[in-house]
Amino acid sequence: MVHLTGEEKGIVTGLWGKVNVDEVGGEALGRLLVVYPWTQRFFDSFGDLSSAAAVMGNAKVKAHGKKVLDSFSEGLKNLDNLKGTFAKLSELHCDKLHVDPENFRLLGNVLVCVLARNFGKDFTPQVQAAYQKVVVGVATALAHKYH
Amino acid sequence: MSLTKAERTIITSMWNKISTQADAIGTEALERLFASYPQTKTYFPHFDLNPGSAQLRAHGSKVVAAVGDAVKSIDNIAGALSKLSELHAYILRVDPVNFKLLSHCLLVTVALHFPAEFTADAHAAWDKFLSVVSNVLTEKYR
Repeated sequence: MVHLTGEEKGIVTGLWGKVNVDEVGGEALGRLLVVYPWTQRFFDSFGDLSSAAAVMGNAKVKAHGKKVLDSFSEGLKNLDNLKGTFAKLSELHCDKLHVDPENFRLLGNVLVCVLARNFGKDFTPQVQAAYQKVVVGVATALAHKYH
Repeated sequence: MSLTKAERTIITSMWNKISTQADAIGTEALERLFASYPQTKTYFPHFDLNPGSAQLRAHGSKVVAAVGDAVKSIDNIAGALSKLSELHAYILRVDPVNFKLLSHCLLVTVALHFPAEFTADAHAAWDKFLSVVSNVLTEKYR
């Protein structure tokens, strides 16, 4: 359960309204694959991931990043029920995709870095703190159905 | 895990820019650490941790100076941080999990202040470098 104050919820949705979800998704997923190369293990079918330039320019990475972030956006609309919102996806990631939940934590932190880079000073310590709570909540929700 | 030549080049060249704002970066990273991970404040009961406090600025300065030492001796980080490693192992005994948290906050701060330089390659190099520094600081724990 993620516990955000009313103010924090406002902070989170306020910033998210300015996020280019299409681009930020690809950026975050790309950086995950570059910074933590072992995460590439899930993406054998994505083609050339041999360099940072290749990863960041890869069309499949961008498309998948967008998919992931669209899903994350849904979560932001349901901060009071992340476990319910991500229940089906949690089962999918466990039963079909076999993704170690540690990867959700890694991606969450990479997303925070991307937001910091994009928003500069607007990404204050308070904004970061709110987002750290959100990414932990999403990661936990995605791991909730694992067995 | 050791840094490649390319990674070392990225770190040292970015450091030239970062060092011009070193104190501010260190202080901000600590502020972010305490805001996002309140449990880290338990190591500083003797500090005034309000943003802008003199103690926070002095400590942020100290932390970043140590990072700078590691950059300047990037070929021998263990040697450069040997004393600091002992300090953390025997005196401070900060739980190892906290080095990841501070490293993340340093990354966020650098990303924010140097968006153009913080490319995917630079992100990877810095994450790895801070990981090496963290390992050095905890290697004498037991």
